Amino acid sequence: MTASTGTLTVEIWRGRDDGGLQSYAVPARDNQTVLDVVTEVQRRHAPDLAYRFACRVGVCGSCAMTVNGVPRWTCRTHVSKVAGEGRLRIEPLRNMPRIKDLACDMTPFFEKWEAAGGVFEGTVTRDAPLAAVSPESPERRAADAGIECINCGVCYAACDVVGWDEDYLGPAALNRAWTLVNDVRHRSRAETISAATGVGGCGSCHSQGNCMRYCPVGLAPAESIAGLKRRSLRDSVLGRLLGWAS
Amino acid sequence: MSQGLFVAQRLSALVLGPLVLVHLGLIMVAIRGGLSAEEILGRTQGSIGWALFYGAFVVAAAVHAPIGLRNILREWTRLRPRAVDLISLGFGAFLLVAGLRAVVAVIGGPA
Repeated sequence: MTASTGTLTVEIWRGRDDGGLQSYAVPARDNQTVLDVVTEVQRRHAPDLAYRFACRVGVCGSCAMTVNGVPRWTCRTHVSKVAGEGRLRIEPLRNMPRIKDLACDMTPFFEKWEAAGGVFEGTVTRDAPLAAVSPESPERRAADAGIECINCGVCYAACDVVGWDEDYLGPAALNRAWTLVNDVRHRSRAETISAATGVGGCGSCHSQGNCMRYCPVGLAPAESIAGLKRRSLRDSVLGRLLGWAS
Repeated sequence: MSQGLFVAQRLSALVLGPLVLVHLGLIMVAIRGGLSAEEILGRTQGSIGWALFYGAFVVAAAVHAPIGLRNILREWTRLRPRAVDLISLGFGAFLLVAGLRAVVAVIGGPA
């Protein structure tokens, strides 16, 4: 453990919707993440503190929380970069039902992920040879741009439209749909386009860009949604005029 | 928003864009040129071109604006979806009737 260099004042949301912030004093260390702080509070002050984490290295997408008002992946967020004047306020993610303390119910998030046509359906069995997809093809490039999503829910929590419109599928689900629309191995591309451009789909996005601003892995769901919007217009207008649809 | 409404909003915006620019340019020309109301009406009355221009303007606005209003009402109020649709449809009908009435007044009537 690194050396202690003072004290952090950490306010953590306790309880469910009708809960409140509770303050804890935690040693500030030279090298410490927000997840380290939450873990320290749970180990030393509040054994009943509920929060979620798994990999601790920015891969699993489990530990996202609201830190000083901003949705972040806590395992890769260093306290020194976000704790103004030694203060941290840690709350659960926005736009998701709260379970307890810092743990959210991500069921609606993943239900919308499926509703946007995000489940891959292959055309061959696992015994078939690997599909040859040129890394230079426009479709592969478009899919590559969004494929590294870790489903942490940060974009979903950052999106105002998700909070306003309960039908809206959200940035992560639509980003996933766009990667599948551009996956030549996906059998149900037309169904995915239909799901992602229907009610609550890409047309509901206001292009505010909070998803791009806060995505911890630097993806641009708004660009994926813009791609879906273009495809939606192309298919609905040109498709009807020229019989051209995906 | 459904795909149909999304497409209708985008296409009506496509029509409105140039029409708004021409309309604004027209206002500036009319004011800078010091045209009186009679002189303006003298140019518009009986003109099929201006009738088509402002007729298209009104129809595009009557399609575009209610869809935006519907989004705002859905996202910012607790009105029921049915009520939101009715209000938006009513607003669109009002824009259409009021706008076409204005077009008739400017294009038709005595020269």
